[in-house]
Amino acid sequence: MSTNRGTPLVEMRDISISFGGIKAVDHVTVDLYPGEVVGLLGHNGAGKSTLVKCLSGAYQAETGEILINGQKVCIKDPRDARALNIETIYQTLALADNLDAASNLFLGRELVNAFGFVDESKMEAEARKIMARLNPNFNKFAAPVSALSGGQRQSVAIARAVYFNARILIMDEPTAALGPHESQMVAELIQELKAQGLGIFLIEHDIHNVMKLCDRAVVMKNGQRVGTVNVNEVTDDDILGMIIMGKKPAQAA
Amino acid sequence: MSNSTDTPAGSVKPGGPISQFMRSTEIDPRLVGMVGALLLIWVGFHLYSVLFMGGGTFLTPRNLWNLSVQTASIGIMATGMVLIIITRNIDLSVGSLVGVTGMVMGILQVEVLPAYLGLGHPAIWAITAVVGILVGALIGSFHGWLSAYRGIPSFIVTLGGLMVWRSAAFLAANGKTISPVDESFALLGGGPYGAIGQLGSWIVGLIGCVGVIYMIGKGRKNRKKHGFVLRPIWAEYFMTILSCGVVLGSVVVVNAYPWPAGILKQYYEKLGQEVPADVFISHGFAYPVLILAAAGVAMTILMTRTRFGRYVFAIGGNPEAAALAGINTQAMTVSIFTLMGALSGLAGVVASARLNSATNALGVGDELFVIAAAVIGGTSLAGGVGTIYGAILGALVMKSLQTGMVLIGFDTAVQNMVVGAVLVLAVWLDNTYRKRIK
Repeated sequence: MSTNRGTPLVEMRDISISFGGIKAVDHVTVDLYPGEVVGLLGHNGAGKSTLVKCLSGAYQAETGEILINGQKVCIKDPRDARALNIETIYQTLALADNLDAASNLFLGRELVNAFGFVDESKMEAEARKIMARLNPNFNKFAAPVSALSGGQRQSVAIARAVYFNARILIMDEPTAALGPHESQMVAELIQELKAQGLGIFLIEHDIHNVMKLCDRAVVMKNGQRVGTVNVNEVTDDDILGMIIMGKKPAQAA
Repeated sequence: MSNSTDTPAGSVKPGGPISQFMRSTEIDPRLVGMVGALLLIWVGFHLYSVLFMGGGTFLTPRNLWNLSVQTASIGIMATGMVLIIITRNIDLSVGSLVGVTGMVMGILQVEVLPAYLGLGHPAIWAITAVVGILVGALIGSFHGWLSAYRGIPSFIVTLGGLMVWRSAAFLAANGKTISPVDESFALLGGGPYGAIGQLGSWIVGLIGCVGVIYMIGKGRKNRKKHGFVLRPIWAEYFMTILSCGVVLGSVVVVNAYPWPAGILKQYYEKLGQEVPADVFISHGFAYPVLILAAAGVAMTILMTRTRFGRYVFAIGGNPEAAALAGINTQAMTVSIFTLMGALSGLAGVVASARLNSATNALGVGDELFVIAAAVIGGTSLAGGVGTIYGAILGALVMKSLQTGMVLIGFDTAVQNMVVGAVLVLAVWLDNTYRKRIK
């Protein structure tokens, strides 16, 4: 693909991790370029989420290495990942249900005033700004996020990733809990972020979303990479064949 | 930011005048419930003594002053227990920590320090108190480490601690009682000399009022700056007057309790004077109450204004999310238990000073009162929810029940039954309320 030139934004080389003797991710190599959306596909338990959790700092790979802009990096915990401008929207959203939207948005990175005290008003003001852009109907700033709908919770999780100027974004099934209108908003957001030059790993089950949103698709099965395809060179049946039977089409790398 | 989406969803339906009032003033309804329960207990005991004992004994300056002093040590620990319970832990060892820190301090100030500094040296009380708090913090951090880094449930760690530290307190002095403590140290436990008197109490009260006005004014300024919806001005005034009223009211009460005749005689004898006729020397706020107030303010600031407090709530709400947000949850657990240990040490200072001795039985059963105080004060055992002022009010409720029953002559067995039943009832009411607002 024409955009895939120069140094990749992210390279994950030969990543393996196992839990209790089972290889959840088995020597997988993927890469991601700026302004590109790479879909990660596969059955439940294929190892997609586990793979990206090695990048977001939730897990540490047992073998292999991670390169950001060609530099080898060591991501020991989520703080390291955030310091490298890697933001993650987890499938579970990872929100503290008892806190309000602004507190969740800034969780771990609270704004403080000159005395080191948390500046609640400023955080709420900033939260209102970003939410006005992402989800203009959102108005429940005083309520704990447990009182929000699935879509509203999702927009809080997305706002958290977007607010801090991510360069690398990991989205784990961002539209799974959403209605059609909200899914459309997420799709538009992905296009917008892509245009800004972010690299996005998108874990997605809906094959239509994959065809619509992704530039490339990496298919995984039983912890191994089946293959990587340029989405515009294959049909959705080709991809389904990879997911279901592990069958590699001729175009795959 | 002035469009209609700014209005909180709740205010679309105006509701009755009461709910409108509550929304405007932003008073926590559960706080109203707690204060209501407290007043009910106070008035109930007072009426009982008026009707059946020939004179009201509960709502007197003397009893309220004593109540404030008795609440101090439980209240101090309850402010720390809130953090423990919010993060889905429990600490059963706090009573034993009071015992062991009390004993360490007793030995230090009676047997060790006088040998080096001389009996009655003015630094003894301070060194003793600092060492007591540090010992508490050290034990607490050890508990936290076992729980966070060795994966032992805090219930088990502190159940073990409950037994270990109580026995350590016994062994430290072979079961002896160490008494009396250093004279200056004893003042930290209250008593006529361990209080700040009339003028001091007014000064403290006024500082409290200035603090309240500053906080309310600053809150309003902040909302204005960011263009948020402001509270109606009458609500701001109402809250200011109410808060200052409570503070100044308590000053009036503690100043209305005079020194008893024996103390007056002793005091004027020392001055070499006769006791003047009609002399009235107020107690004022007792030191332990001021220590509790300071702990309450500091812990409230910690919980509401600092990152540390945010992380405590976040861990309680969703430990996994907190970890994914880059919060070091294990280190947080150690810090929280360390803080609890330090507060237990501080409570040990107050309790042993009040008793004027260190015994290995100091603080027996306190852990249950402290946990009950936090829970009655609205801290949820499911984690993520709780307030410092709630826990202090909870401690006041527990102690009010206890002293009230002592005043009307219930024996200990009945007292414990009532306190236990009230705890269960309070949690049931709280759950019912929470379900209703959802």
